Amino acid sequence: MSNLIINDTLANDEWTLVRLPASQIADRKQAGKVVLFKLTGEKTVTEEQISGTAIPATGKIIVPLSVYIARKPELEQRLHANEVGIWVDTHELLEDLLNSVSNINSLPIIAVHVERFADGRIFSLGSLLRTRYGFKNELRAFGDVLRDQLFFLKRSGFSSYVIRADRSAQDALASLKDFSQPYQGAVDNPNPVFKRYNRTA
Amino acid sequence: MYKYDEIDQQIVNERVEQYRDQTRRYLAKELTEDEFRPLRLQNGLYIQRQAPMLRIAVPYGMLSSKQLHKLADIAKKYDKGYGHFSTRQNLQLNWPKLEDTPDILAELATVEMHAIQTSGNCIRNITTDQFAGVAPDEIVDPRVLAEIIRQWSTFHPEFALLPRKFKIAVSGTKDDRAVVQMHDIGMEFFLDKNNKLAIKVWVGGGLGRTPILGTVIHEHLEWQHALTYCEAIIRIYNLHGRRDNAYKARIKILVKALGIDEFKRQVEAEWAHLKDAPNTITEAELARVSKHFEAMPYENLPAQDASFDAAISSNPAFATWVKRSIHAHKTPGYRAVTLSLKPHGSAPGDATSEQMHVVADLAEKYGFGELRVSHEQNLILADVKLSDLLTVWEKARAHGLATPNIGLLTDIICCPGGDFCSLANAKSIPIAVAIQQQFDNLDYLHDIGDIELNISGCMNACGHHHIGHIGILGVDKDGSEWYQVTIGGSQGNYASIGNVIGPSFSAEEMPSVVQKLIEVYIKERTAEERFIDTAKRLGIAPFKAHVYAEKNANKVEVTV
Repeated sequence: MSNLIINDTLANDEWTLVRLPASQIADRKQAGKVVLFKLTGEKTVTEEQISGTAIPATGKIIVPLSVYIARKPELEQRLHANEVGIWVDTHELLEDLLNSVSNINSLPIIAVHVERFADGRIFSLGSLLRTRYGFKNELRAFGDVLRDQLFFLKRSGFSSYVIRADRSAQDALASLKDFSQPYQGAVDNPNPVFKRYNRTA
Repeated sequence: MYKYDEIDQQIVNERVEQYRDQTRRYLAKELTEDEFRPLRLQNGLYIQRQAPMLRIAVPYGMLSSKQLHKLADIAKKYDKGYGHFSTRQNLQLNWPKLEDTPDILAELATVEMHAIQTSGNCIRNITTDQFAGVAPDEIVDPRVLAEIIRQWSTFHPEFALLPRKFKIAVSGTKDDRAVVQMHDIGMEFFLDKNNKLAIKVWVGGGLGRTPILGTVIHEHLEWQHALTYCEAIIRIYNLHGRRDNAYKARIKILVKALGIDEFKRQVEAEWAHLKDAPNTITEAELARVSKHFEAMPYENLPAQDASFDAAISSNPAFATWVKRSIHAHKTPGYRAVTLSLKPHGSAPGDATSEQMHVVADLAEKYGFGELRVSHEQNLILADVKLSDLLTVWEKARAHGLATPNIGLLTDIICCPGGDFCSLANAKSIPIAVAIQQQFDNLDYLHDIGDIELNISGCMNACGHHHIGHIGILGVDKDGSEWYQVTIGGSQGNYASIGNVIGPSFSAEEMPSVVQKLIEVYIKERTAEERFIDTAKRLGIAPFKAHVYAEKNANKVEVTV
């Protein structure tokens, strides 16, 4: 069984993640500390990594945005067969994703990868994909995904979650229901409580 | 004040259960230390030097008698019988047990209280003027929108894990008492030329390691858009604020890096999509929340009270207290009263359980059952009749709550510092206490007059040292504690950040350093000048010369 939750239930994962190979460029050292960041702390992807990414010949695949952009012709046919989704990291620009597809809803799945639990950019990305860019298909969160993010992820428009491998997805289901009447409008229910409930007091 | 309906109650109840389960998982080792940290912080629980510290939310500083009685009971039952009122108008318990915190939160929920988002990288407690609703210069009661913003920001899913903490202050008066320019977002309410409620929005202010005053990002925002405009600002921040370095992660750094024009352009572009979205505040919601803040059932009283006037002329101690502790009120015959939590020789902002019960009783009998916490760390009874003031004073005095030092040198703003806080570089309470003892002469204090002395035990600036007329910052030099002194900082409409006068001092030197700063002021002041006015007029030079005179003289002797 995978650690995947789709909507509110456990599910089998039909998708294969296509990973970039490890970077061959050594991390620069500065004052004894590894410097990984430009401004916000992320590595950049190299040409070698993109060309060196092994794409399986068949099956449903989720490919990194950088690979998708650079190697689109190879993937065109499978995209039409609804077999290609895109992996977006939280530091990547949604504009790059939008510029690389003619219609965002031609993608059956967008999977947003969160490297650290505390990285709340994933919530804004979800909100923007759903409300600004009208994405209607599966929106998945994976990476350092633990049950205490789920309620927020769900409200930010995510529809599936891969719980980190060392934790129980079964236990995590309960956290989708942490609160029954949230105050503010969000993606899952745009109306704030003062518009959905008669607060007479 | 705002009273919960079933929706509000359900949210805090569900939070207690959520947190209880998070704590259970942590104690069962299902959550690591690192994983539990953001969860407990968002519930106000720090792990400190001696014990955990629990910060309880007091939304925009408003408390009922019933709530304060409960806080007193909690401090007694789960702590050492006292609590610390903070500069964010919250209450901190210094000695609770981690295992007890779910029960504490459950008790708080029974009086419509919680510890939600009192720490962590999220939207924190909304703060405002402690005289909201009663101040004569008030244009708009800021508490209505403060409450609406509180609800909107509570568990806002998109802003649950921001790059860093995010503080919002609101103000509804001409004279700003909420320090809006020191906040990530400051909202200044006013009535526009059509007599419509509007908001001037400030962004990018903050203290901490890099003190910066906020900049106006929107001159005239209609009130309906308060929430969607905040969403636009915070979305830009959430996406683009730095996450690689905690010291560079506040919104002020992003605003500075982009420049206010570019930041504003991005926010306005974002807001173009969010404006008029469902989170736009309705007339009906404004009216619903406003009802909770209607004027108290005041009696029709004359502006003067003979018994009060008589007490002033016959009782000099009472008269001295009145001079410092009583504030003007919108309604004739009423006054707002500040009860000092700064008796000389004890930790500023601390109150014992007994004192809390006393204040709660006073509020019940003489203040319509409500009180406030000020960001200067005192307690306020906002609606006391002139004829009751003498009784209030007598009872307050009997419990050490009537030191007549409000706004004076010993009314020190002070963080818990190195005695409690694991972030601190240096102790702050002993410095405050030593200064209070040095100036333990009421006549002298009153002669020095209005002055604000603020102490922080580290760069995080919980004691707002940057905006103190005299600011003291604890610093660590090679493992020992030193204190850096600034002068010329101020809050209010003409907020400014103080200038460092020179090399730092040891703890023992601090009372005499303050003494010397005061000596320069006394010598140089004109008849109307407060310390801050003299400091701003003269700059740091004469203060510096006098404070370091002895040190420099010693140096000369050594070299000769």
